[in-house]
Amino acid sequence: MNESLHGLGEYVLLIKKAIAIPDRWGMFFKQLIKEIYKLGVDSLWIVIIISIFIGTVTAIQISLNIASPLIPKFTIGYTTREIILLEFSSSIMCLILAGKVGSNIASEIGTMRITEQIDAMEIMGVNSANFLIMPKIAGLMLFIPVLVIFSMFTGIIGGISASYLDTRMTPSSFEYGLQFYFNHFYIWYSIIKSVVYAFIISSTAAYYGYNVKGGALDVGKASTNAVVMSSIMILLADVILTHLMLT
Amino acid sequence: MIEVKNLTKSFDERIVLHTINAVFETGKTNLIIGRSGSGKTVLLKNIIGLIQPDSGEIFYDGRKLIGMKKKELNILRREMGMLFQGSALFDSMTVLENVMFPLNMFSKDSYKEREKRATFCLERVNLLDAEHLYPSEISGGMMKRAAIARAIALNPHYLFCDEPNSGLDPKTALLIDDLIHDITVEYKMTTIINTHDMNSVINIGENIVFIKEGIKEWQGDRRQVMTSNNQALNDFIFASDLFKKVKEAENDRMI
Repeated sequence: MNESLHGLGEYVLLIKKAIAIPDRWGMFFKQLIKEIYKLGVDSLWIVIIISIFIGTVTAIQISLNIASPLIPKFTIGYTTREIILLEFSSSIMCLILAGKVGSNIASEIGTMRITEQIDAMEIMGVNSANFLIMPKIAGLMLFIPVLVIFSMFTGIIGGISASYLDTRMTPSSFEYGLQFYFNHFYIWYSIIKSVVYAFIISSTAAYYGYNVKGGALDVGKASTNAVVMSSIMILLADVILTHLMLT
Repeated sequence: MIEVKNLTKSFDERIVLHTINAVFETGKTNLIIGRSGSGKTVLLKNIIGLIQPDSGEIFYDGRKLIGMKKKELNILRREMGMLFQGSALFDSMTVLENVMFPLNMFSKDSYKEREKRATFCLERVNLLDAEHLYPSEISGGMMKRAAIARAIALNPHYLFCDEPNSGLDPKTALLIDDLIHDITVEYKMTTIINTHDMNSVINIGENIVFIKEGIKEWQGDRRQVMTSNNQALNDFIFASDLFKKVKEAENDRMI
């Protein structure tokens, strides 16, 4: 318990140190663009591939499981849309990104720590947390809505393509289901959730990376811990945000 | 000049530095020597301010480091240059970008002027032809030279070097030693080098502090080191046959 509280205190102090006015705005924006590209744009392909396949599989699974003359066929499109908009494109996608982006951040900062690159910055009088962590947090928070929108779009495309492949549904009923009872707030709900998750992923991974002590093995451990902890925090935040925003 | 007064540091009940008193002079290459685990790096990190001592004082030309306000500390840090054991160059930047980094962060000069200064520093360490290469693409000696160029980019008053010769062949090590010495004299810096390389002691040891098990055992220069009667120092310096012979030759010469 004491250790957890100590860790939480260290995390809060690190984030406080990181979220400060940058020494040089020019350098900050340069880093921000780099991070948006590295953490966001580079994740686009994995988001698109996973979303298309999950959209397709979700539609097929639903068509299999609700095959009944009592349930209208458009329910397949409706349910696929709800799953993708409400949970998949934000929470599940961010759990996947916690693995890709979180381990990237933790191992990058961790390696900088053990090779004394962070010490070198501190000696120069540079706020290393601010220089390294803030662009990552800001970059991911700014770009994650784009990833979520891409995920929603490609997930739906995957579902539509399933309607052409699977004989249990028709494209027209699927498309009707997609438009049935549409609540645009669900898109905002997903985007808001993903921005919170982006903060959790980047700050948790940065904390684990920044506090690495030891060698290469410890960087690996920090990377794993960062992914595990950010995944747990995402799930916890999911419950809290869903309760706050939908009930 | 850097003064260390009654510096003590411990980790988990284990005392690593016992009441260290030392003076590191301006314009000279000051060496901290001692066996591995003797407390050299801890002493250097205390002097730089990366570690807080349990007690004692550190003065930079009369300015007290411990308890210094953040703003003053940041100004002081800009007067420091540091050469790390593993060079600590930023992997994601080219050699030129590494040298430009402190200038980009703190200099108000235009981009052209900053680039000119960085190029000058690289020229000074004879590394201009590697300016567009990444740290992973250059040798250990080149990395050290690039790190020296980065350390002197902001015209520091104080230069700290942690094991500058580790992992280098004797000839390159000698070049790095000479470069550090020349820069120290040229820019009138207070340079502190943490080493256990005996060639450095003989080559550039103008003021040597010998640490044994966290205690300052001896202080003197490279000539005095050869004639000292301090048993611990002699055990450390003359551990190799080569230096035993050097000492014998020195003693014969004196007779």
